[in-house]
Amino acid sequence: MPQTDSMNSSVKAVSDKLSAAPGGINWFKYASPQTFYPLAGRLIPLFAWPALLLFAVGLYVSFFVAPTDATQGDSYRIIFIHVPAAWMSMIIYLAMAFWCALGMIFNTRLSFMMSQALAPTGAIWTFLALWTGALWGKPTWGAWWVWDARLTSELILLFLYLGYMALVAAMDDPRRADRAGAVVAIVGAINVPIIYFSVKWWNTLHQGASVSMTSAPKMASIMLMGMLIMALAAWAYSIAVVLVRVRAIMLERERNTDWVAQMLENRP
Amino acid sequence: MNWASWGDFWNMGGYGLYVWGSYAVTLVCVFAEVVSVRRQFSGQMVRLLRVRRATVRGAGNETET
Repeated sequence: MPQTDSMNSSVKAVSDKLSAAPGGINWFKYASPQTFYPLAGRLIPLFAWPALLLFAVGLYVSFFVAPTDATQGDSYRIIFIHVPAAWMSMIIYLAMAFWCALGMIFNTRLSFMMSQALAPTGAIWTFLALWTGALWGKPTWGAWWVWDARLTSELILLFLYLGYMALVAAMDDPRRADRAGAVVAIVGAINVPIIYFSVKWWNTLHQGASVSMTSAPKMASIMLMGMLIMALAAWAYSIAVVLVRVRAIMLERERNTDWVAQMLENRP
Repeated sequence: MNWASWGDFWNMGGYGLYVWGSYAVTLVCVFAEVVSVRRQFSGQMVRLLRVRRATVRGAGNETET
């Protein structure tokens, strides 16, 4: 395919330039599926096992070390999944938009596969942020759901994830699906700062940020510790699961390439 | 220790439904996602290996006859 060749050569030209820089790592090497596939395979256990350990420690701290809250009682323990889930929902969306932008700029097909592997995990975290939020809202606010800025923009995030996934799945030509999906992912990224700052910009029922760079944390340090351990666990878990999924997507989309044939050949 | 007994623990100070409802659904989602991605991967692998075996056998037959 001449089109692909010219794309590859333009990528190669940029990559040569980058690697010519003194001390520079050739990142484009990892943009090729045949290099990334085995690397991802080696990385999975390095994230999966720490995720399991961090979840175990995080749950222990959440229930047995952190004390009962003076005002909210034990209902506050939902925070240990609610906040990490909400963080992941936003971070994964930004990562998705980032890979889509890279894919659009450099024409690297792996970037789009990364984005498609991230979407279901991001959608699950978004759902969990909303679900745990509803279960926390009922005892503390007296309502499962209110149409305020924070909740509504998070719900829009869920629809953006689902829309992206549906659009990519609906198109037969993978290269067209990549580009159409990328437009949704990149345009939708504007929603992420809206979610984040919604509690400042609008008068909402939702409380302000629990952790911020500019002020001291508003919660007891052991509670904060539990939440951060759970957040780290969520990070490690998400990376592991996304790497497994991206490998599956790579196998499916690259099934007719030489590197897949070779990889199957080398299997015992 | 926060809890005097298991009953105390499950009761969560009267918020059991909300707290356990959150944690249970999270566990179910995480478990389902892990199972689903592993299935997706091994499904692709099995399919590719089957196709390869079929083509290798096909090529073998051709050379024999």
